[in-house]
Amino acid sequence: MTPAILSALAAHWRRNPLQFLTLVLGLAFATALWSGVQAINAEARQSYDRAAASLGEGQFDLLLARDGGWINAARFVALRRAGWLVTPLVEGQITPDAGAPLRLLGIEPLTAPAGMAAAGVARTDLAGFLAGRVLLADPETARRLTPPPAVLQGRQVRAEAGLAPGTVLADIGAAQRLLGREGQVSRLLILPDQPQNQPALDQIAPDLLRQGAEAAPDPARLTGSFHLNLTAFGALSFIVGLFIVHGAVGLAMEQRRPLVRTLRALGAPLRLLVGLMLAELLAIALLAGGLGVLLGYVVAAALLPDVAATIRGLYGASVSGTLELRAVWWLSGLGMALAGTALAASGALWRIARMPPLASAGGRAWAVASARRTLGMAGAGLGLLALAAGIAAFGQGGGLWLGFTLLAALLLGGVLILPPFLALALTLAQRRRMGPVAEWFLADTRQQLPGLGLALMALMLAMAANVGVATMVSSFRLTFTGFLDQRLSAALYVNAEPAGDLRALEAFLEAEARELLPILVTEASVAGWPAQIYGVRGGPTYRQNWHFLAGGAEAWDTLVAGRAVIVNEQLARRADLAPGDALTVLPGLVLPVAAVVGDYGNPVGQVILGEDLFRATFPEAAPRRFAVQADDPDTLRRALLRDHGLPTAAITDQAEQKALALAIFERTFAVTGALNVLTLAVAGFAMLMSLLTLAALRLPQLAPVWALGLTQRHLAGLELLRAGLLAAMTALLALPLGLGLAWALLSVVNVEAFGWRLPMFLFPADYARLGLAAMVAAGLAALWPAWRLARRPPAELLKVFANER
Amino acid sequence: MLLEIRDLSKSYPGPEPDRPVQVLRGVSLSLDAGQTLALTGESGSGKSTLLHLVAGLDHADAGQILLDGREVTRMDDTGRAALRRGTVGVIFQQFNLIPSLDVAANIGFQARLAGRADPARVLALAGALGLGAHLHKYPEQLSGGQQQRVAIARALAARPRLILADEPTGNLDEATAAEVMAQLLALVSEEGAALMMVTHSERMATQLSRRLHLRQGQLEPGP
Repeated sequence: MTPAILSALAAHWRRNPLQFLTLVLGLAFATALWSGVQAINAEARQSYDRAAASLGEGQFDLLLARDGGWINAARFVALRRAGWLVTPLVEGQITPDAGAPLRLLGIEPLTAPAGMAAAGVARTDLAGFLAGRVLLADPETARRLTPPPAVLQGRQVRAEAGLAPGTVLADIGAAQRLLGREGQVSRLLILPDQPQNQPALDQIAPDLLRQGAEAAPDPARLTGSFHLNLTAFGALSFIVGLFIVHGAVGLAMEQRRPLVRTLRALGAPLRLLVGLMLAELLAIALLAGGLGVLLGYVVAAALLPDVAATIRGLYGASVSGTLELRAVWWLSGLGMALAGTALAASGALWRIARMPPLASAGGRAWAVASARRTLGMAGAGLGLLALAAGIAAFGQGGGLWLGFTLLAALLLGGVLILPPFLALALTLAQRRRMGPVAEWFLADTRQQLPGLGLALMALMLAMAANVGVATMVSSFRLTFTGFLDQRLSAALYVNAEPAGDLRALEAFLEAEARELLPILVTEASVAGWPAQIYGVRGGPTYRQNWHFLAGGAEAWDTLVAGRAVIVNEQLARRADLAPGDALTVLPGLVLPVAAVVGDYGNPVGQVILGEDLFRATFPEAAPRRFAVQADDPDTLRRALLRDHGLPTAAITDQAEQKALALAIFERTFAVTGALNVLTLAVAGFAMLMSLLTLAALRLPQLAPVWALGLTQRHLAGLELLRAGLLAAMTALLALPLGLGLAWALLSVVNVEAFGWRLPMFLFPADYARLGLAAMVAAGLAALWPAWRLARRPPAELLKVFANER
Repeated sequence: MLLEIRDLSKSYPGPEPDRPVQVLRGVSLSLDAGQTLALTGESGSGKSTLLHLVAGLDHADAGQILLDGREVTRMDDTGRAALRRGTVGVIFQQFNLIPSLDVAANIGFQARLAGRADPARVLALAGALGLGAHLHKYPEQLSGGQQQRVAIARALAARPRLILADEPTGNLDEATAAEVMAQLLALVSEEGAALMMVTHSERMATQLSRRLHLRQGQLEPGP
């Protein structure tokens, strides 16, 4: 019996190949975007894990120079002699002949702890490694460095799987030579099991600061928000795809009602029928899921280099730029395809399972049943919007997941009220007096809503996401540009590191500059968070250009006098600080917060002290960079290059700095933009497939109107108009939804994810363009079915009426 | 003469590419205003095709159709659409009402397309056909007999010169069919329109003033 039933069920797909294609491609696209994003995330996480495992990052306490600079290697020797088990690390950047800079890490394998996997790898060819002849790198980086570029000074690079991507591992001596840092180390790593009774650290190395393992920047944690954003986009695309699947399965099941009725009349058990239909759908889901995972691989491979560059630019974490096929996201993609299909088909299968054997059938019954659900959708939609409003009003500060719940409730609520909104708008329009064609057009459009509703919901979801994300990115860009104007207000920025004599350079700049702004910085842990402590000279440049989010202009006076600090928004939010609150900057240094300043694009907190207080607190810290206001920047630049031995790259002007910052910004959102376009494309596909599927069902509705005196061309024109009208109405509702989404992203999710809140700006011209694009996309999707209607031979339309020929 | 058909031929593509199926072979007939004509014949004899050609729903291969002095066979798509709107009223066996419009809107639709909107006439026709209580119902809420009455009212509402009915009672039970037929004939007679009706039913055919039989695409006098 089963083969006979299966054959009868399969006949439906043979007779409706377009429906089958819609189902498979809808599911494949949904799975592709989901698994593509998962692949990117998995690759990035793998890279972080490899970095943490191979270099022991985040596992050991560190000793850092209080002034944030290099540590004299003699300190290492002194500590070892005093009984401290420490191992030195040298870290810097090398830039091969072409491409992005690489991280060069020098280790001392003999004193390195067992938990540092890289040291274990180095010991496999210890002689070569210690002699500095052999460097190690992950296979991708090793390939890039073969043959060795000039910067490696003739050293060979051996590939070692398991090393962090984008990192070259060297013996400490080799690394010092390659970086020109002989006799210096970047930091010292404190081994976990120390002997007892050593002298205290501050006696042997008072210039060093101990940083707990937990305070080390953890790429997985820092980049968590970024990956969560990607996951949210993947989920959004998946949901858009599921709308297509839901529509295709729902229509197929309704069209199969007569078949089910007949099969049941012929003795097929209902349970077997439903079971076979479920099995059939799951088989299709496996096929489409497999296709989707392959497509996802292509998407991920295309996006990964941009994502890797973004993560490197934003967080300094390296991610492999090439993709590995991993079983986990193969399985996750197939699992999502199966679960998504089961979810999308559950309602339709449930209705079939509850259908009386002699129930009426046909597309019309489907439309009527869908219309009945409209009221339920309106109720559910309004409920979700109320939930979103509740979270927005009372749930802020509840964590990132609550932020994403707000987004989900907002989006789902918004799309659920779309069909009731369209039905209501069309009903109201029908009440106006109008000609017969317009009256029929509106009534017929209303009747099409159940069939087109899901495609329109997908379109609305994609449009709202576009409006929301575009508003967020553009608001961010505006804010960021304004912020750069505030922060990069000096004419020149001088990197003092390469200068031979720092004091002489500073004295020269003091004499020549109209205003010199030394940039003093050190790392610390403040209020339990990793933070940077800055010392600034509160001159006219800062006073005129910096705008505070909270606190008045008198903040500068108290800062300069060493009686208060300024904190950035990130720290203020994390530590719940406001002007007037006391902040423990260091043990024994407690100062009130004078102001909170916006600091966009920076993941860590900042405490700003007056220059005098900073120099008194951190006497070893010398300014590593200077911002310089000069009447004649070009002459000053030439003098710096000529008299102080600075390389050209050490001096950048305001425009270069801004261009660099904006380039990082644009790259950050390149991936978001690509996913945005892909989501809109999937929605356009949903619209096309729905219109094509409905085109065949529409003939009995259109043929009588044609027979009563409308030409096929006229009807085709009306079909195009209908698609445009529905897209325009959808866009109208997508706009406030998108703006709500933008608000939630800027004011809730961004605050939870990154620690700063962005002001929201509106971009009406962009929204108008998007609305127009949606109407054009809907028009294009309707073009083919309309063209087919216009060109259809009359004989095909007559089949609707003909009983015989 | 209201309708004159001269030497009309029509074929459709057959299962073999080069062998079209000849449906009508040189059919000629005429019909005057007020006349009623029954077209009978076996399945596939070309009755519905002839009706569709007269209504301007399809193109003839050869021959002429003159309706109210205008040559239908030379009309373009727009001309034939105008003919369907204003000159003929078509009643189909499957009713073919517009599912998205209620009964009142369905009845008045063609008349409004033809620029002859007359709400009073819509009410009168609905009353005469027993549809007065169903004006705001949708087609799916009506029985078969009620739907066919709506189709008849729609065809008559535009005051067409010629009513073309394709098995108008073929989907109805005998009692309902007789009732609908009687109402159709009474209204056609009242309006002074001509009626050309395709039917399989001998009983229905005998109620009309003339009768022709189609056999393999050619006309022969009815029994």
